[in-house]
Amino acid sequence: MLVVACIKQVPDTTQVKIDPVTGTLIREGVPFIMNPFDTHALEEALRLKDKYGFRVAAITMGPPNSTLTLRKALSLGADEVVLLSDRAFGGADTLATSRVLAEAVKKLGEKEEVVMVICGKQTIDGDTAQVGPGIATRLRYPQLTLVDQIKSVDVNTKKMIARRKLEGHHEIVEVKLPVVITVVREINKPRYPTVPMRLSSEDMPVTTWDNKTMHLDETTIGLKGSPTRVNRIFSPERVKGEIIGDGLKNPEEAAALLANKLVERDIIHL
Amino acid sequence: MEISNWIFLAILAVALIAFVWSCRNKFRLLALGKPEDRSGSGLKRVWNVFVYPLLQRCAVNPFYRFGINHAILFWCFLVLLLANGEFLIHGVLPGATFAAMPNGLYFTLAFAFDIVSILALLAVLLAVSRRLFFPPKYIQARSKDAFIILGMIATLMIAFFGSHSAEIALGEVTAAKYMPVSNWIANTFMGATAESTLEIVKNVFWWLHAIVLLSFLNYLPYSKHMHILTSIPNVYLRNLTGSTSPKREEFKKGNTFGVGKVNDFTWKNLLDAYSCTECGRCSDNCPATKTDKPLNPRLVIHDIKVNLLKNGPQIVDGKPVMLPLIAPHHEGSIEEDVIWDCTTCGACVAVCPVFIEQFPRIIDMRRHLVETEGKFPEELLGFFENMEQRSNPWGITPGDRAKWATGLDVKMFEAGKTEYLLYVGCFGSFDARAKHVTVAIARVLDAAGVSWGILGKDEKCCGDSLRRLGNEYIFEQMAKDNLKTFQAKGVTKIITECPHCFTALKDDYAQYGVKLEVIHHTEFINNLIKEGKLKLNPADLGKTVFHDSCYLGRYNNIYQAPRETVKAATGKAVVEMDRNLERGFCCGAGGGRMWLEESRGKRINIERTEEALKKQPRTICVSCPYCMTMFEDGLKDKNADKDVQVLDIAEVVVKALKK
Ligand code: SF4
Ligand code: SF4
Repeated sequence: MLVVACIKQVPDTTQVKIDPVTGTLIREGVPFIMNPFDTHALEEALRLKDKYGFRVAAITMGPPNSTLTLRKALSLGADEVVLLSDRAFGGADTLATSRVLAEAVKKLGEKEEVVMVICGKQTIDGDTAQVGPGIATRLRYPQLTLVDQIKSVDVNTKKMIARRKLEGHHEIVEVKLPVVITVVREINKPRYPTVPMRLSSEDMPVTTWDNKTMHLDETTIGLKGSPTRVNRIFSPERVKGEIIGDGLKNPEEAAALLANKLVERDIIHL
Repeated sequence: MEISNWIFLAILAVALIAFVWSCRNKFRLLALGKPEDRSGSGLKRVWNVFVYPLLQRCAVNPFYRFGINHAILFWCFLVLLLANGEFLIHGVLPGATFAAMPNGLYFTLAFAFDIVSILALLAVLLAVSRRLFFPPKYIQARSKDAFIILGMIATLMIAFFGSHSAEIALGEVTAAKYMPVSNWIANTFMGATAESTLEIVKNVFWWLHAIVLLSFLNYLPYSKHMHILTSIPNVYLRNLTGSTSPKREEFKKGNTFGVGKVNDFTWKNLLDAYSCTECGRCSDNCPATKTDKPLNPRLVIHDIKVNLLKNGPQIVDGKPVMLPLIAPHHEGSIEEDVIWDCTTCGACVAVCPVFIEQFPRIIDMRRHLVETEGKFPEELLGFFENMEQRSNPWGITPGDRAKWATGLDVKMFEAGKTEYLLYVGCFGSFDARAKHVTVAIARVLDAAGVSWGILGKDEKCCGDSLRRLGNEYIFEQMAKDNLKTFQAKGVTKIITECPHCFTALKDDYAQYGVKLEVIHHTEFINNLIKEGKLKLNPADLGKTVFHDSCYLGRYNNIYQAPRETVKAATGKAVVEMDRNLERGFCCGAGGGRMWLEESRGKRINIERTEEALKKQPRTICVSCPYCMTMFEDGLKDKNADKDVQVLDIAEVVVKALKK
């Protein structure tokens, strides 16, 4: 039984600078990392593997250099990795992306029963949070977004109980498998690759599927299959910062307010 | 030979066989350790054995004056080895005795044995009273082991006098008048005793001596006094490289990384464990032990020994081990908390009388935890990822490395155009406070007309913290990256701002076969002053204490340069803290502790700041950005940051620069 973690290689946005003239991102020389939310998705998949003995596949759609991120997934314990890479996939919006990923999950499902697809809540470059739900829709799987805890998985009854983190409250849901979930950072603390795993992952295969393998209708994928049109990218004008609390009179309260805001915005974690 | 000789021979044979058997059981376990080369430098090694054990430099130390008692016992022991050798042989072959030698020689020996025995007895009594009435805190003063051994030695001496006095009283000893103590006992207590009683007394004491001596021999291998057998070889085999840098690892599939079980240590590490004298000096100087943390370097070594003794025989027989090496607290196992507590300050290694290397074993075990198990305190995950992805602890954009130089006229290093590379390091590049130090160094270098440049964004972290935290894999990547950059740019001479970079570049990188001329700014500036290249007007910094950075002092023996520099820049010698030089107390940040929470015991930097404040200084002078941070935090904590400033040595010099 297979758990599929969808991961994406993204530019390290902390190192991205904005071109002051054109207002666009300068991506040159910026290192790539695994989308931070996806590291939690992969970790959850690996924990399910440790607990229930599932196999873990990590898949990504992206340019050939995304193998780097897939290697990292292997060194963390993924059993197989698939890179979906083809010029025809390029320029995809969230709709076209979720199509390709959903098809890849189906293809993996031909060999082995898929119990769950896990995605990060969103990526740090696109920030849409649409791909996970998109995959669920295309696969006709139930979806649970913003999961912060998987309480139990029962493969016999094909049911899972998970907790979703919503604003101000939690929701505990029982859902039928197979399911697509998207996870928030609180769900786990990602592991660190051990050296033996790093070394053995060096010569594990990275499977690449292009459209010759996938046979997808080229009008439904890539730029052609993407109804989204980007008119302009700009950095929003920075309005004067919000003043919270009174740092002079009551620094502790102000600090607590600030900390809450930062937590809400997923910038820090307590 | 009479019947009693035969009986003794039988007992002696059994005792010797038992002793050899015990030793064999212990020493064969050393072969379970991994190989390590400690050959070469024979003369130096012999010299060390002469100076440390034989002259007892190991025990006698201005900080541990009572060590003189050990020296006396040791020297007595050497002389008495001769006496006891004769005793054993004489017990079997009545004719073989020193009395059969020419009178001059015999009388001298008899005199020596008599005097030395009483000295030994007094030394033992002193040791017992110290343990009973003035027990030092840093040893298990009232251990059973200690009293058993002391008791045995005392009994031996008493038996010696008992049997010899009786012999004298019986008129059997020609050297009687050269044996003042025995003679006095004979004359005072045995003058009127019947001959038959004297015979009994003589025999009883003789047999007491024999039995206790052989028991002593057989007790040794099972006690801390095993060091009687192992410490001399251990001193002979000591690390002579002058560097405690961890060894490289080979990243090949199938290798083990770090030490997760006792037979992953090298044979020398295991011999170390057998050699501990339990003197407690390491723990007495350990900043972790001293601030009530679980780590105690003596116990780390002890637990390794216990683990080896327990598991060794199992491993020899190919059976599974019974006691995990790294596990929650239990004798013979070492707790993870203990392993993470170490600051790698090196104090333990520096004070150990028998040259045991305690903290490098801790790094071995960290390697296992990090590299093989991926297990470490939570705070380190972000640190490791930042290092791997952005080559600095905070994950700041590498492109910002040269930001400290904005507005200054700082050149990029270029072979042929600039002579020295100023290797700034992560703190000097990114930390708000340390950036001022970098600027100060730049000003001093410029004032002296030094030709220097930086690498800017091409500089990577030196990897020191990673290495000391056990993440050798990523350290190696960084070292290789840096060395590649040095090579490509033709860097050969390097000035470092941080003592950690200094040690890493100088000693750790040398393991990659690259010899760089590395100098820490403290020494470099001191040389500039000595060469008259800096014109200084003594600046008034008030009372100034100097804190020895472990990685400058104990690691590299640089003690005088900073002191001379402060003297030149302020006109006044520094005020010494109570613990200084080789005994300097760590600030708490080394060994990667900078990046870890310090939740157990008292904070080390508070302990050290309090020690500095005791001298009522106006300035605390440091030479390391880690120490700088630790003191500034400490002063804030003590509400003393308004009255006391922390300055780097370079900043002190800048204050004295003639405008
Ligand atoms: S290196 Fe320092 S902190 Fe570590 S065990 Fe030795 S004395 Fe203690
Ligand atoms: S390790 Fe060395 S310093 Fe520490 S107790 Fe043993 S002999 Fe003494």
